[in-house]
Amino acid sequence: MSKFDFPPSIKSRPVWGTLEPRPGAAHLFIADAHGAEAILDVATPDLMAKGHIIYIPRGEDFADKLRALNPAQFYEGPSYAAAVSRIRRTLEDAHMGTQVYLSGTEGLMGQAMNEAMQAGIEYAAIQTEHRGSIARRMQCVHCKGITEDVETDPFVCSHCGLNLFVRDHYSRRLAAYQGVRVDAEDHGNVPAPKGIYE
Amino acid sequence: MTIQFNDETFRDDYSFHNSQWAIDRFPFPFHEDSYMYAVNMEQHRGGPEGSVYEKRFDVDEHYVAEMRDRAMVLADDPLRCQSLPHMTLAGWDLLELIMVSKSEDYPDLFELHRDGDTWRWINKPMGIDDTFTFLDETTLPYGPMEYITRQAQGDFCVLDQRDDNLWMDAGMVTTQADWSLDFDIGMNFFEWHAPVPLAHEKGIFKRALKFLLNIQQGAPARRLNWTMTVNPLLDTSPENYHKWGIQKTTLTPENIGAKQHLRVELQTFFRLPRSNALVFPIRCYLCSFQDLMTKPKWGRRLHRVVRDLPVELATYKGFIDNRPMMLDYLSQFDDGLPTSPGVFPDEENTPPLSS
Repeated sequence: MSKFDFPPSIKSRPVWGTLEPRPGAAHLFIADAHGAEAILDVATPDLMAKGHIIYIPRGEDFADKLRALNPAQFYEGPSYAAAVSRIRRTLEDAHMGTQVYLSGTEGLMGQAMNEAMQAGIEYAAIQTEHRGSIARRMQCVHCKGITEDVETDPFVCSHCGLNLFVRDHYSRRLAAYQGVRVDAEDHGNVPAPKGIYE
Repeated sequence: MTIQFNDETFRDDYSFHNSQWAIDRFPFPFHEDSYMYAVNMEQHRGGPEGSVYEKRFDVDEHYVAEMRDRAMVLADDPLRCQSLPHMTLAGWDLLELIMVSKSEDYPDLFELHRDGDTWRWINKPMGIDDTFTFLDETTLPYGPMEYITRQAQGDFCVLDQRDDNLWMDAGMVTTQADWSLDFDIGMNFFEWHAPVPLAHEKGIFKRALKFLLNIQQGAPARRLNWTMTVNPLLDTSPENYHKWGIQKTTLTPENIGAKQHLRVELQTFFRLPRSNALVFPIRCYLCSFQDLMTKPKWGRRLHRVVRDLPVELATYKGFIDNRPMMLDYLSQFDDGLPTSPGVFPDEENTPPLSS
């Protein structure tokens, strides 16, 4: 899958990179869906010998290819929520010199980055690469509910039902962009939804 | 002087009002007939007697009513006050700064009696007389930052300083110009200012940050910022925007003078001694257009500023749709005569409006 070129934006919006192999005592890979392709691109026998892959397929079938890389540890989880306790434990146990590689959707990378920072992993030891869906994880500023995988602007908050527009303002702590009622100054006047980058 | 505290509201029936004293001392933010972003920092070391710049923490006739409004906001949404775990010491620093400043600057209203770590704080306008142990959180009904900022007008951002940046790691934010502490907490200086248009490109934030990182103890700084608010609503939060946004559409040519308010923030910056954090109080002053127009210089100037403001700024400040109606109203108070430099109304030297 080709990589999406995100348009330039404001300074709170995260900028994603490209994974590269780095020397390290251990290598932790956390990915969802097409994020597997970034791991396949960067993997070397050396990384995999000390590698732990945590993968959430989300309907994509890269698991066997990842397994075939022969990482020291491999876990396939049905959802991020199901995997998060394992991610936390793995980060807690991580030693100095562990390299963290995050790839896939912005929601996955944002949440896993937050876990890594809270676990005290040095920022410089965390790499990211966006692959796959360009949907966003959104927080409704009004009810505080998070709506995952938002593809359109505006969208309906999955918690309170308000029509929200999609801002570029991003909170790393929440791993979410901000959604704000689109028709607050003209109730009921909701523009037709279109793709976020259209 | 003794301050007469207003019994007034900032919601529902909006009985907020400014006395002649409050209008005379309103911090009109435009020193010339146009406006563009600038760092515009100056030392916060007093100002003209009776002005809002005179004291470290200005107390005015709205104090008691503002604190009542804050308590209501917090009861509805406790997330308006947050402090990350490493910021508690900065909260104590802030408590000390406010208690010492207010008891020295307003001895008739506030008293602080210190006997070692045992402190007694008397806040007469709010009817508070508490004795507690300094640096012992269990002796206060709230954390130190929340305790003291429930008794101090204006929002308070407490900024941690590390990695050559400032981090929004604690705050009490209930009178904000449409930004969310709950969303922005933990962000650095550039991140929480990210949505502001034009200023990044002009290098404003880089220069402002450099200035702020170097603020020393005992040498606070200040600047003004401004926006527009329909109705004297203190809580113009994004959290409640789905409720108050519609109020912007209630302006008419008949009510605009009373309903449309210029909202001015007196922003001050103090270095805190134990934590090396920076506290950034953002004090909000509201004044209706019709009260502002009683000062001929302010009437002429406000018309020119609003008329010539770049579209991006009028949009960001949320009044682009109402600007034509504002200009219809304000133009009545602009006869084209020149205005004197500076923010003060200069009534003695200003000609009245020619009809």
